[in-house]
Amino acid sequence: MEKTVILQLKNITKKFGTKVIANNNVSLDVYKGEILSILGENGCGKTTLMNMVAGIYYPDSGKILINGEEVIIRSPRDAFDHKIGMIHQHFKLIDIFSAAQNVALGVEGEKFNLKEVNNRIKEMAKKYGFNINLDKKIYEMSVSEKQTVEILKVLYRGADILILDEPTAVLTPQEIRSLFKVLRAMRDDGKSIIIITHKLNEVMEISDRVAVLRKGDHIATVNTSETTEKELTEMMVGEKVDLNINRTEPVDSKLRLSVSGLTVKSPDGYNVVDNVSFEAFGGEILGIAGIAGSGQKELLEAIAGLNNYESGSLIYYHPKKGKPVSFFHKTYKRVMELARENSFMDVNGNDVDFSKLSKKEIKELVSSEKIIFKEDEVIDLKDKSPREIRELGIRLSFVPEDRLGMGLVGNMDIVDNMMLRSYRKGKSMFLDKKRPQDLADKIISDLKVNTPDSHTAVRKLSGGNVQKVLVGREIAAAPAILMTAYPVRGLDINSSYTIYGLLNEQKQKGVSVIFVGEDLDVLMALSDRILVLSGGKVSGIVDARTTTKDEIGLLMAQSNKNEVTE
Amino acid sequence: MKKSKNNLKEPFVRIVKRDNIKVQQVILIYVLAIICGLLLSSLISVMFSQKGLDDFFKSLFTGALGSERKIWLLLQDTALLLGTSMALLPAFKMKFWNLGGNGQILVGCLAAIACMFYLGGKVDDSIIILLMLIASIAAGAIWAVIPAIFRAKFNTNESLFTLMMNYIAQGLVSLCITIWVKSGSGVLVPIPYGNIPDIGNKYLLPIILFIVITILMHIYLRSSKHGYEISVVGESINTAKYVGIKVDKVIIRTMILSGAIAGLVGFVLAGSVNHTISTASANNMGFTGIMATWLASFNPLIIILTSFFITFISKGMVEVRKTFMFTNDSISNIVVGIVYFAVIICSFFINYKLVFRKKEKEEIKK
Repeated sequence: MEKTVILQLKNITKKFGTKVIANNNVSLDVYKGEILSILGENGCGKTTLMNMVAGIYYPDSGKILINGEEVIIRSPRDAFDHKIGMIHQHFKLIDIFSAAQNVALGVEGEKFNLKEVNNRIKEMAKKYGFNINLDKKIYEMSVSEKQTVEILKVLYRGADILILDEPTAVLTPQEIRSLFKVLRAMRDDGKSIIIITHKLNEVMEISDRVAVLRKGDHIATVNTSETTEKELTEMMVGEKVDLNINRTEPVDSKLRLSVSGLTVKSPDGYNVVDNVSFEAFGGEILGIAGIAGSGQKELLEAIAGLNNYESGSLIYYHPKKGKPVSFFHKTYKRVMELARENSFMDVNGNDVDFSKLSKKEIKELVSSEKIIFKEDEVIDLKDKSPREIRELGIRLSFVPEDRLGMGLVGNMDIVDNMMLRSYRKGKSMFLDKKRPQDLADKIISDLKVNTPDSHTAVRKLSGGNVQKVLVGREIAAAPAILMTAYPVRGLDINSSYTIYGLLNEQKQKGVSVIFVGEDLDVLMALSDRILVLSGGKVSGIVDARTTTKDEIGLLMAQSNKNEVTE
Repeated sequence: MKKSKNNLKEPFVRIVKRDNIKVQQVILIYVLAIICGLLLSSLISVMFSQKGLDDFFKSLFTGALGSERKIWLLLQDTALLLGTSMALLPAFKMKFWNLGGNGQILVGCLAAIACMFYLGGKVDDSIIILLMLIASIAAGAIWAVIPAIFRAKFNTNESLFTLMMNYIAQGLVSLCITIWVKSGSGVLVPIPYGNIPDIGNKYLLPIILFIVITILMHIYLRSSKHGYEISVVGESINTAKYVGIKVDKVIIRTMILSGAIAGLVGFVLAGSVNHTISTASANNMGFTGIMATWLASFNPLIIILTSFFITFISKGMVEVRKTFMFTNDSISNIVVGIVYFAVIICSFFINYKLVFRKKEKEEIKK
């Protein structure tokens, strides 16, 4: 195909404040009828650059040319006038409207005639191979259907240049495949498609050319057929990176957590977690896969004591085997309760029967640490709040999905965030700032957190550094179970690999790691077993070493279909 | 495709976020805002009278600082406003929008006056004062804890609830005055019992009291575990739950503290300032206190400055009103409003700056 330049960016610079240079003198050409990937790590300015083309931001300097003519794009409306449409990462649709209504919304200069709209959309859908029910309301749709509506919306307005911001982030492998088919059909029709992404394999699969950005600079634009993933990574990161995740065999696995029949109801009354059962062992990484919103968040929160669950049981096995019973957290009464569910032995390994001992004898034996757990202590987590869990000495750490809204307090500095878990310690009514300060300093130096000092508000740190602070704090509590939800979302490659390394380190220490992820490649490379959630149910638990992406993808989509037809 | 000439121009003005701003710049912006506000309000005052600009500023300053007594009154009212702000501060830090400062002060005052009215002359003054203190603090705390309980247990809207409690408090005061004042005049004559003794002069004690409370509040919010919990709850309820803070408990506990300090303000009003009560005794400090607290971005030490500034302006404007012979206070209200407005708007310029379109010439130079 003959190449005509449709969109040109010339020396575009955009700064936020005085320090942050989002785009530095970027020049870029987009041809008619091609798929161009904009590749770069989070925070390298890919989205900012495209936002300027789509009229969300205005460049500080530089020019935008369309078909060789300089244009000024001051708003998304201007962008549409120039036949540019952007599909944002967060969809901007009206939930209670149907697909067709959403597409027609806000189109000026024509009478609103839903039938006419329907026909036109159907025509487009047929042309490019979309599969959509136009009368379906947005709130009934899956993420991939919503995305289709967004694309149709842009096409309906006559866009010739389509910009998609991280379009595959929330799709299953099968959905990604059909999206790519549609994109290719549009390209063959002469549309120019720009995909913002940080996923290398997708870049290789779909795009004709790749433009690599790094820290606001345009590094290079290369033809996809003439490059490799390795080369692209080096361009993105600016140095050589080892992309292998080192997975060790689990050693000496002990049962740490047993979940059975767990059901959590959403505020609307349906089961977000539906009869989920699984076991997690020390020294292994249990991956949890699933489409976003399949109950991953609620499952972890239920285990952490944040959600009241309807039914089911959560049993935690406290690593106490061979350790003496103490009065540290417990009263005499509590020790007697312990005796009901656990068996004890004396220093010589003989069984101890409390019923044969007097209260005084028991007290003496316990305080001199002569009563020893025969097996790990069994603790029922039912109806226990996060505070009770902590006070029982249960070492359960949780890195939640919402880092700044749950795991950390954005406006507080690193030191104050270190205290979140431990500030209650001690009887004084005042805070002990010494220990959190030490911990903050340790985490900053151990995990190489890039921050001016330990008194910087965590909100001001970059995503990767925020996550290091959070994971660092949770690991510092020496957990027996470490739950992490999307721990590398939004992180650059180096930080992501730091986090994988930390999780592997914990695994080797015998910690039971639960890892909720979205990138199947990573899940398959890091985990020992993968539990797949679909519509709140466990649709399968597979061996990560032998499974395939397709198998997981099918499991992810499994019961979802049933639910829609119901 | 639209291609008007206008289309080829970049926007005239753009808003850009500042990332770091020096303290000096912040102070400068505030000072400029205050000057602008004052100038604008003086012009309006002058417009509505025969006096000149110099008269405006002269009476503004004499009104606030004209005599020794005026200076003491200024300081006393600043201290009362400071106390009220300290009552509101912990609630605001928790993002609990307590709009019921007036009511909480008023019931505190009422409780103290009740002690004075019923016990005056019957028991020793020192006992009355002690009882007044306890009663005021308890009354304020109760008034504040009711909306807190509803918020904690039933998630009701605290702004509306606390606001409505103000009117109930006012009604309660009217009711008591009707019962107490047999003459039917509706004015309670100052009660000579249970008056807080002077130390040096009658203004000093409240001033010292509320400065001490400010310092204590500063330490409480900054260094105590309770203060830490308040910040966490205020920043994110989810985080609070995640670390196992009992949010309900923190809300209720903090509002008891908030109400207790408001009650204490009421106690000072009854025992040291007015010795009587009316429905307007709180002097609207429950609302001006919100201004003082917000303007200081919740920093207790800066609240000292903002309380002083607000009191200064309102005292000065009373004098301006006299010299300019405004027969009602509408114009002075407008003027005060403009000054506040200028100060509030300037926080925009602390966070953002405006970038104007570059002149053509400059671009040619480049």
